[in-house]
Amino acid sequence: MIISVASGKGGTGKTTIAVNLALSLKNVQFLDCDVEEPNAYIFLKPIITEQKKAYIPVPEIDESLCNTCGKCAKICVYKAIAVLPSQDGKKGTTLVFAQLCHGCGACAALCPQNAIKEVNKEIGVVEIGGCGDIEFIHGKLNIGEAMSPPLIRHVKEHINFKKTVIMDAPPGTSCPVVTSVKGSDYSILVTEPTPFGLNDLILAVEVLKKMKIPFGVVINRSDLGNKLTHEYCQKENIPILMEIPFKKEIAMAYSKGESIIRVFPEYKKNFQDLFSKIKNGKFRNE
Amino acid sequence: MKICVTSQGKTLDDQVDPRFGRCQFFIIVDTDTLDFEAVENQSAQFSGGAGIQSGQFMASKSVKAVLTGNIGPNAFQTLHAGGIKIYTGLLGTVRDAVEKYKTGNLKPVENPNVGSKFGMPGKGS
Repeated sequence: MIISVASGKGGTGKTTIAVNLALSLKNVQFLDCDVEEPNAYIFLKPIITEQKKAYIPVPEIDESLCNTCGKCAKICVYKAIAVLPSQDGKKGTTLVFAQLCHGCGACAALCPQNAIKEVNKEIGVVEIGGCGDIEFIHGKLNIGEAMSPPLIRHVKEHINFKKTVIMDAPPGTSCPVVTSVKGSDYSILVTEPTPFGLNDLILAVEVLKKMKIPFGVVINRSDLGNKLTHEYCQKENIPILMEIPFKKEIAMAYSKGESIIRVFPEYKKNFQDLFSKIKNGKFRNE
Repeated sequence: MKICVTSQGKTLDDQVDPRFGRCQFFIIVDTDTLDFEAVENQSAQFSGGAGIQSGQFMASKSVKAVLTGNIGPNAFQTLHAGGIKIYTGLLGTVRDAVEKYKTGNLKPVENPNVGSKFGMPGKGS
């Protein structure tokens, strides 16, 4: 079973929930898909045993074969190619803007002159390791790379379907999140009962509904803020899976890279119950 | 000869648009006759690739020079590859810009002068 942990608003506690859930269960594989700023390793402290460089294919133009017909520029949805046609007797040229390229391969496939070759551009690294019985995988996007979905897909290639997969997703509701949660059996949305938290939760709910992924909400720092998030969940029939009241000790533990269940071992049962309810399909929202 | 001035409106008496890739209009002018064509910029709303598309559009219109306020890195690369001269820092009306160009005193730029996405709302300095 694949459970993704997402949020909408950043800083609500996704990694906290994902890490503590993983530490409370058996036969777990943990994937940190927040490749722009992975942080689960701070709490899980894995021993990394393997590092794999990740690439996407970007086009390289053979100017001797290119006749500046412009087909590649026309087909590129991301505007990553500019074709300047021949003018005043001067030969035209074709420019590739690799930072805009999504590696779809359309240009290379369509070039009538076969002038386009795909070469690998390094975008980051996938690291694989273990922390106790937990199998750990995360991705680290190279600084300066604009796009995380290709690396997130590389991380997800390592999913072990025989295990309980807990996936820490990036914050937000756009491409990186969609790429991460796609294919998960259930999604836990972590929120905080504040106006920003609720605003972004509503957006995240919209995304999951469109993707037809069943979901439930965990309210972190539940005794702070206002009651609007509770009311929203009730009105929309969204199950509130768990509430974690604010405790200074949890924040202190977090700041030291320690898990909740180390400071409050009683929470382990809460996370185990949460998983059982999800697994037994007790939470369904249609 | 044909040059292009980025514009906030459709006439020679409208203000120069300080952006290139995401400007509102391209005014393509014949410097000898002052005949002109105003084209609405189709790349203005792009979240990415606006400079590249606008640059290619200039090449397709056989423009020899671009007069604007600012130019970003991708637009610069595209225009430069097309052999199109770029002049930045133009202010006032499109007509003023064309007159300045005709004096022969303007110097084309060798580098972009603003970063990526300069023309998007909220990103201009």
